[in-house]
Amino acid sequence: MALVLVLIALGSIAFHLLSPWWWTPIASNWGYIDSTLIITFWITGFVFTAIVLFVAYCLVRFRHAPGRRAAYEPENRRLEGWLTGLTALGVAALLAPGLFVWNQFVRVPQNASEIEIVAQQWRWAYRLPGADGRLGASDIRHVSDENPLGLDPQDAAARDDLVIDADLHLPLGRPVKVLLRSTDVVHNFYVPEFRAKMDIIPGMVTYFWFTPTRTGTFDALCNEVCGTNHYAMRGRVVVEGEAAYSSWLREQTTFANFAGGGERGRRVARREAPPVR
Amino acid sequence: MADAQFGSAAPLPQGGIDDVELYHPHSWLTKYVFSQDAKIIAIQYSMTAMAIGLVALVLSWLVRLQLGFPGLVSFIGPKEYYQLITMHGMIMVIYLLTALFLGGFGNYLIPLMLGARDMVFPYVNMLSYWIYLLAVLVLVASFFAPGGPTGAGWTLYPPQAILSGTPGQEWGIVLMLLSLILFIIGFTMGGVNYVVTVLQARAPGMTLMRMPLTIWGIFTATILALLAFPALFVGAVMMLLDRLLGTSFFMPAIIEAGQRLRYGGGSPILFQHLFWFFGHPEVYIVALPAFGIVSDLISTHARKNIFGYRMMVWAIVAIGALSFVVWAHHMYVSGMNPYFGFFFATTTLVIAIPTAIKVYNWVLTLWRGDIHLTLPMLFAIAFIVTFLNGGLTGLFLGNVVVDVPLSDTMFVVAHFHMVMGVAPILVIFGGIYHWYPKVTGRMLDERLGQLHFWATFLGAYAIFFPMHYLGLMGVPRRYFDIEGLSFATPSVATLNAFVSVVAFLVGAAQIAFLFNLAHSLRHGAPAGGNPWRATTLEWQTPQTPPPHGNWGPALPVVYRWAYDYSVPGAAQDFIPQNQPDIRPDRSPGPVAAPA
Repeated sequence: MALVLVLIALGSIAFHLLSPWWWTPIASNWGYIDSTLIITFWITGFVFTAIVLFVAYCLVRFRHAPGRRAAYEPENRRLEGWLTGLTALGVAALLAPGLFVWNQFVRVPQNASEIEIVAQQWRWAYRLPGADGRLGASDIRHVSDENPLGLDPQDAAARDDLVIDADLHLPLGRPVKVLLRSTDVVHNFYVPEFRAKMDIIPGMVTYFWFTPTRTGTFDALCNEVCGTNHYAMRGRVVVEGEAAYSSWLREQTTFANFAGGGERGRRVARREAPPVR
Repeated sequence: MADAQFGSAAPLPQGGIDDVELYHPHSWLTKYVFSQDAKIIAIQYSMTAMAIGLVALVLSWLVRLQLGFPGLVSFIGPKEYYQLITMHGMIMVIYLLTALFLGGFGNYLIPLMLGARDMVFPYVNMLSYWIYLLAVLVLVASFFAPGGPTGAGWTLYPPQAILSGTPGQEWGIVLMLLSLILFIIGFTMGGVNYVVTVLQARAPGMTLMRMPLTIWGIFTATILALLAFPALFVGAVMMLLDRLLGTSFFMPAIIEAGQRLRYGGGSPILFQHLFWFFGHPEVYIVALPAFGIVSDLISTHARKNIFGYRMMVWAIVAIGALSFVVWAHHMYVSGMNPYFGFFFATTTLVIAIPTAIKVYNWVLTLWRGDIHLTLPMLFAIAFIVTFLNGGLTGLFLGNVVVDVPLSDTMFVVAHFHMVMGVAPILVIFGGIYHWYPKVTGRMLDERLGQLHFWATFLGAYAIFFPMHYLGLMGVPRRYFDIEGLSFATPSVATLNAFVSVVAFLVGAAQIAFLFNLAHSLRHGAPAGGNPWRATTLEWQTPQTPPPHGNWGPALPVVYRWAYDYSVPGAAQDFIPQNQPDIRPDRSPGPVAAPA
């Protein structure tokens, strides 16, 4: 048993260091999250190894033998006090950086541009502000085949919004505040490379923010169980430089000119699951 | 036993049941089926829980079949997959773990360890089991209902749980909610019994601070359950109304498949708060009895008093209290006000301190002990390793910002399986190997037990330890198929196949355990009354297995705490709690009992 415990402790460390499974290369500003994770690995890894090896030692050293008798020591206040204190210290060492980074996570920078992601079973749609730079009003009452996102046709600010029914593009290095809206059930927008994610709750607007720091095409997943085709609810985010982004932006249609809405809406009404790639 | 004579050493405690007042069974039916004897009820609870647990085991095999070898069998599509994971999770958490620890171990051990004749309300106790059985049957019925069981995930988040895009919308979810409601009613009847029995029916001399930690764990867990289950009860009732009567407690305005539904104004996130207000204490409803039992296993088989008993008791109480203010750490990315994160991360990490104290004290009990590597001890050590591992990964998920990338990935799956699946189940096994001799009078077979232990412990670790790294990579949980994820390298599929193969083997090893349980009933070596030479009262009964009423004419009188192992100067390396003097040949006399 003792030998097995030593192997478990050392094997776990070896696995940690040698296994090919590790996080994806980061593509956002949330490197701090990775750092906090590494701190946590160090502290917890040390505690795990120390305790398992200590147990292994006890099993060898204090294993039953004829004539052996255990010591009688009900309590040891000093030792218990020390251990409590050290543990509290370890916990503080984890919590302090954690809360420090969370404080950044909850404060959206003033210069972040707003985009909207609209989830429904089982596809993604996106909306970008039009020339006026802001997203117009929306309400689930307005949803129809021609207006799948439920934008307010009376609101001028909504009429110039860009409605995107394909991959989402984002400009490199500019902070975005992502507003999240669902028309049916709870979803979650998750791009592993961005680290950040948030649930999408019907009936309210949730948000999170990040800054893309690496160009590329990334998978977006629904990460909150949302029905039978949850696993197939995927999208794609393209992060690109300013020039490429601007030319992509020019090709997008405004809500007022959104022609594909009818066909898309009918597709959705028939509940055609998107093809699994 | 009609002519009861009571011990002259001390009067009965208030509320204790005289033997003559017990309802003794008159027929086979009332003795073994509609029994009011807590010990029989315990066995009924345990067998039912293990039977439904076997169903959950088979479901997990099917889940692993799909994850390890996608598309290998045609009868698992996405609909079936979501039904499998939902039922597996719900059965394991509620109908197996909760029922087995409290209904099984609780019923058997509370009266015996406290020196009581039975639970305080035996009739209500019997009802508790039968309502639990009904809840299980309703749950099983959903497998055969049109549309099958619900596939909403064990968290049952609305709106999807009751909408047509989720499997089992027709009958499955309705039966699931009804079954939960029944379970809670049944549990409440048992729970009231456990709490009142601990408070009212302890043998003379059994002060609270002399109780074995097993009882402290079960007692505190029951209080948590009595306070936490009502939140789930309310949630289940409201969702049932939303589903059946079209109310909108949890349902906002919704467009489903292009159609506007007649819901509006409800709050999906309210359900999540109710669910986790129950759901987090639930973790400790399972963990605290395991903490208690493992303390007693380690102490007995290391022949050493549990280290820091008072600290252990206060740690249990502190964990129980704190467990009510951490629930929203399951909701860091739920869209609730993000500023909640500061509070819940802090409370969550603070709970690590009393939990760590418990781990230290178990390990320090081994230090300078006289360690017998019996089967219960092996399981106890395996518990320490797996619980430590699962507890430490909890520090990742509890620390709000670290949780953000990891939440709802395989990291979470690995974490909670390790900490509240594997670890408590190892304690259940250890407890069964430990107390089976008292229940049946016979020992379980050692060689089968060794096979069972090594396969289960090493297998479970090999399943769940590597799984964390898939989650770190970003592999989401609750995905029927991860085909096409650009970041998931081919090695992910290899690892998934490996995990599945190990899972099949671990599951198969449980056959050895079940065979052992059945075979040893007749063929096991006779155990005698106290095979482990333990101090606690259940090992001091006049007969083994103990008959209805437990103690014969006189209740035991308690003179000492539960951990007098290897006391200097004592003739043997253990002193039973009901032994007045440290030298057993002395006649009982008034002795000042050490606290």
